[in-house]
Amino acid sequence: MNLLAWLAFTLLLAAACINILRQDWRWNIASLAVQYLGVFWLVHASWSISLASVKLVTGWVVCTLLAIAHINTRMNAEKEGSHWSQGWFFRLVVICLLITVSYVGSTGLGSWLGMSLPTAWGGVLLISIGLVITGLSTHPFRLVMGLLTALAGFEILYAAVESSALVAGLLSIINLGLALAGAYFLLHPTDKVPA
Amino acid sequence: MNAPAIWILFPILLGCILTLLRSQRLITLIAGITCTLLALAAILIPIDTLLVIREFTFKLSPIFEVLGRRLTLDNSHRSLLALLYAAAAFWFSAASAHRMTRQLVPLGLIITALLVAALAVEPFLYAALIIETAVLLAVPLLAPQDKGPGKGVLYFLVFQTLAMPFILFSGWLLTGVEANPGDVTLITRATALLGLGFAFLLAIFPFYVWIPLLSEEAHPFIIGYILWIFPTISLFFGLSFLERYAWLRTAASLPPTFITVGSLMIFMGGLLALFNRHLGRMLGYAVMAETGFSLLAIGLGGTFGMNTFLLLLIPRVMGLGLWSFSLSSIQESVPDLTLQAVKGMARVWPFSSTGIILASLSLAGVPILASFPAHQAIWNALVTDSLSALVLVFTGSLGLTIAAIRVMIALASSPEGSAWGVRESWSQRTFLVLGCVFVFLLGLIPAGSALLWEKLPSLFAHLGQ
Repeated sequence: MNLLAWLAFTLLLAAACINILRQDWRWNIASLAVQYLGVFWLVHASWSISLASVKLVTGWVVCTLLAIAHINTRMNAEKEGSHWSQGWFFRLVVICLLITVSYVGSTGLGSWLGMSLPTAWGGVLLISIGLVITGLSTHPFRLVMGLLTALAGFEILYAAVESSALVAGLLSIINLGLALAGAYFLLHPTDKVPA
Repeated sequence: MNAPAIWILFPILLGCILTLLRSQRLITLIAGITCTLLALAAILIPIDTLLVIREFTFKLSPIFEVLGRRLTLDNSHRSLLALLYAAAAFWFSAASAHRMTRQLVPLGLIITALLVAALAVEPFLYAALIIETAVLLAVPLLAPQDKGPGKGVLYFLVFQTLAMPFILFSGWLLTGVEANPGDVTLITRATALLGLGFAFLLAIFPFYVWIPLLSEEAHPFIIGYILWIFPTISLFFGLSFLERYAWLRTAASLPPTFITVGSLMIFMGGLLALFNRHLGRMLGYAVMAETGFSLLAIGLGGTFGMNTFLLLLIPRVMGLGLWSFSLSSIQESVPDLTLQAVKGMARVWPFSSTGIILASLSLAGVPILASFPAHQAIWNALVTDSLSALVLVFTGSLGLTIAAIRVMIALASSPEGSAWGVRESWSQRTFLVLGCVFVFLLGLIPAGSALLWEKLPSLFAHLGQ
């Protein structure tokens, strides 16, 4: 169980790193999908498998919505040249910092909430990486992706303290709503917001 | 029959149906009549009381159960329901004068009903999730298809979304505090998370960045509606926390915190409005200051604080409604709403110009206008409570007043020999005249609005003591 939790954490870490470093929407959505697999497994530590699978299904629907929006928008033609984010070295340093800081934060949090280290660390890491993605860009897709990532991290932590089916349902609606908002932004692009 | 079905589920269903209709007139008619009837029903029909009308007897049950959770609307909610739906009736009817019906009304009705649900849901923490759903529904309103998203709507989405996790998590901590009231660490954590959540939700300094951006980008009439309903409901949601947790309500540090934050928001709002040249942004800063006044009223505490908080509600609706409606009219003939672009517009848009000036002066707290009685009550209370806060509040109010005078000068200064005219349509003139009259009337007879809010304190029985 613990080994699988560490495997899920590794998936989250890899997916989040790709999302910070790469600016290719195909990679971003694929990593988001992988990230939701990790979220599902870590939530499963607190919830039954049937309830935890709601996170996986919702996450993959979110990815599908964003992918369809990208396929149908002119935005996918942007910046085909460089898929690596500008300032990748800075971002790499940020990732290292976040891993360290989130580890420090999650050790206390894990014992307080009665969670295993990989679960707590995974949650805190996703929240911090999501906030960084949101903070580093004003591009609608990356902003929504950052919010979804931060929300996924929160859901991992919140699952340990709340196991209501209604909360799970409402959080799923919010995830889907965010994805729809992201798709809406992508389908009605503007010149005002720089990528 | 039960009350949540009437004031929550029915409007949501109707909003969904209205999205399918194409006729602006039909949508306005249905939504306007429905919201008026819902407001009247809230005033006239008691909940959980057996009513006999000839041979018919019926009782509105206050509870609606969904997935083991409850939506509860009882008699204490009736005044608030009346206020919300009366304001919605005004906004939805007035939308037709700017041909905004299809854009605003269906989603606006669903958002209004969802926000009512946020106040009715038990456990009340679920409100954070429902408010977030309403925020997501507001996105298409704020970023219409022909314009696409600007920074304002993106920041609005980010900040409102970030509020939700903080509030949910603090809610879990607060239940722990209830069980262990002596645990100082837990109390500190819960308070910090709750404070952060509401700072995001209410756009409290420094998280207000989306308000001016959004006020510049979005249609003024829609922004008026959004900037009225979301902060109002969030404030009521915040009050429900204070009402529920005695330790939070009686915390010694709470009143000074509210007074400091509130006066800072008024100061910032006034100062930023003073140095701004965009009429939409000025509206946004006035909203910031209004949130500050509400926080200040809560900070003053007791029956006086609650009454002042409630006294602010109707003048705010009137002021924001009139201001955003007037801006929408003028926007039809200018490329943007900068002071430079609206120069001399009073000659051709006299009703709208009067509306903007009166509304901005009213929200600044100028005597004989709607907001003055509440603002005056707060100034009086601050004289004894906190002089430093009074200075900040006075400076902020002065900033808003000078900003309103600058707008007046810009609107009135047209080149010599410019022709006079009236470009407003008859429906626009009707709404504007009514708005201006009400802004004056509420200033002259503040007790007139008491009919609506006198029963509201029962919603917060502990806070009003």
